[in-house]
Amino acid sequence: MKLISAIIKPFKLDEVRDALSAIGVQGITVTEVKGFGRQKGHTELYRGAEYVVDFLPKVKIEIAIPDAILDQVVDAIEKSAATGKIGDGKVFILNLEQVYRIRTGESGADAL
Amino acid sequence: MKKLLSILSLVTLMGAGALTSSISYAEVAPAEVIQLAAAEMDTPVEAIAAEAEAAPTVDKGDTAWMMVATLLVILMTVPGLALFYGGLVRSKNMLSILMQVLVVFSLISVAWAVYGYSLAFGSGEGLIYGDLGKLFLSGVTMDSLAATFTDGVMIPEMIFIAFQCTFAGITCALIVGSYAERMKFSAVLLFSLIWFTFSYIPIAHMVWGTGGYLLDKGALDFAGGTVVHINAGVAGLVGAYMVGKRLGYGKEAFTPHSLTMTMVGASLLWVGWFGFNAGSNLEATGGAGLAFINTLLATAAAVLAWTMAEAMTRGKASMLGAASGAVSGLVAITPACGSVGPMGAIIIGFAGGFLCLWGVTGLKKILGADDSLDVFGVHGIGGIVGALLTGVFTHASLGGIGMDTTIIEQVMIQGEGVLITIVWSGVVAFIAYKLVDIVIGLRVSEDEERTGLDTAYHGERAYSN
Repeated sequence: MKLISAIIKPFKLDEVRDALSAIGVQGITVTEVKGFGRQKGHTELYRGAEYVVDFLPKVKIEIAIPDAILDQVVDAIEKSAATGKIGDGKVFILNLEQVYRIRTGESGADAL
Repeated sequence: MKKLLSILSLVTLMGAGALTSSISYAEVAPAEVIQLAAAEMDTPVEAIAAEAEAAPTVDKGDTAWMMVATLLVILMTVPGLALFYGGLVRSKNMLSILMQVLVVFSLISVAWAVYGYSLAFGSGEGLIYGDLGKLFLSGVTMDSLAATFTDGVMIPEMIFIAFQCTFAGITCALIVGSYAERMKFSAVLLFSLIWFTFSYIPIAHMVWGTGGYLLDKGALDFAGGTVVHINAGVAGLVGAYMVGKRLGYGKEAFTPHSLTMTMVGASLLWVGWFGFNAGSNLEATGGAGLAFINTLLATAAAVLAWTMAEAMTRGKASMLGAASGAVSGLVAITPACGSVGPMGAIIIGFAGGFLCLWGVTGLKKILGADDSLDVFGVHGIGGIVGALLTGVFTHASLGGIGMDTTIIEQVMIQGEGVLITIVWSGVVAFIAYKLVDIVIGLRVSEDEERTGLDTAYHGERAYSN
């Protein structure tokens, strides 16, 4: 099992969600986050005060999946989240040791 | 808090017993207040005086207008000024600003009735103060009348007192913006009371009170450019120096937490300012109409000036800039609104917008003080620009109502008013801050400042998430 944690542009969320649903992903967790990478921030001016805003708003999605569909999922995220411009984000893949479904107590791949 | 209360009552007494000397007998001013209690008519001297003046007229239209104008000035302060300022601070200090504006306004209102009105507009013809004859508004009844600018036309004195009360209140509330986000609540109240007593009252008397020094000099200040704006701007700047910079100033981003609130506040200020400026005419006449249209046009011009200047120098026109431009135009036209023509008002508005933008950028860097919400940059500079240009555009050749002096003479007189106000307010503010610092301390602790004044001083938060 894998846990995928992907950082994407906020306005791409719906497209990514649709692409994931299309390949059978059952659920995702979404968090609004801020961060910086190679995409430059912007400056804001408030009267005499100028502030450089480095941390840009992004969306982080987390998905737990069986190993079998890993390539498909990564491919779906890459295609749906891409704009071709700097700041499109990243996909991180982690090994997932165990999963439990709280309601039934199921574990492992059955709980995904 | 007990300590604070005893200090406040002490200051109230000090204020009441303050300078009552320096009385000179000068000409009767428009703002003179005349008591018409029937009992006093019995004495022959006053009967003759009353006869000579003929029976005064009290117009219901004037009375109604002045009550509305008074309400409009309250609207400027709460919620107008409170929201304008509140939106500009960080969310952790939002309530502290709303609270300071509301409570300072309330405190000064009570002090105004107790001794402020008498010292500013009492019958005594002092150069600097009125007298104590109307302490606790003694002798003022619902039949008492106050003079307007037209001989024989009067308005109920109660309304005149209330109208002037709102001016005193908003002036002290304006200063809050300079030391925002870092001054103790009790220190804010004590400072406001001391400064009100020793700076607002004397300047108001000098400019508007019978026998007042600047009034006799012929200084033009229709609605309070010196009394309200330069006065508050200078007190704010001195405060910014004395309270010190906010923690993290110049390093952390102090992004305004809600420019939407600031826009709502600025809009309410603009609307309320019609009461402030046109109300200062004291009658619902063409004079009020002139002040009204000038308040509209100068503000619009200043919005355009600030927006254009920002777009040209920085490439982007900001909403905060346009809203600040509106306030700077309102400040600049305040002393001039009753005596310049509409085209003069537009020029004054443009000048106010451009120079206040410099006030909050170039000048602010030179001054090096953390004047949090730019009270000096907008009210101080706008007030000075307005006061001086009043001396120019009041001249009949430039579309004004005309004056007895030449433009140069009048600008010199205006300049004297500006200088006196700057020095007077600066010195009083310095002593007042020092005094408050010694007695209760000006500044909040480092921890309190980091946490925010809302939870540290008021035990509540503006937003629950």
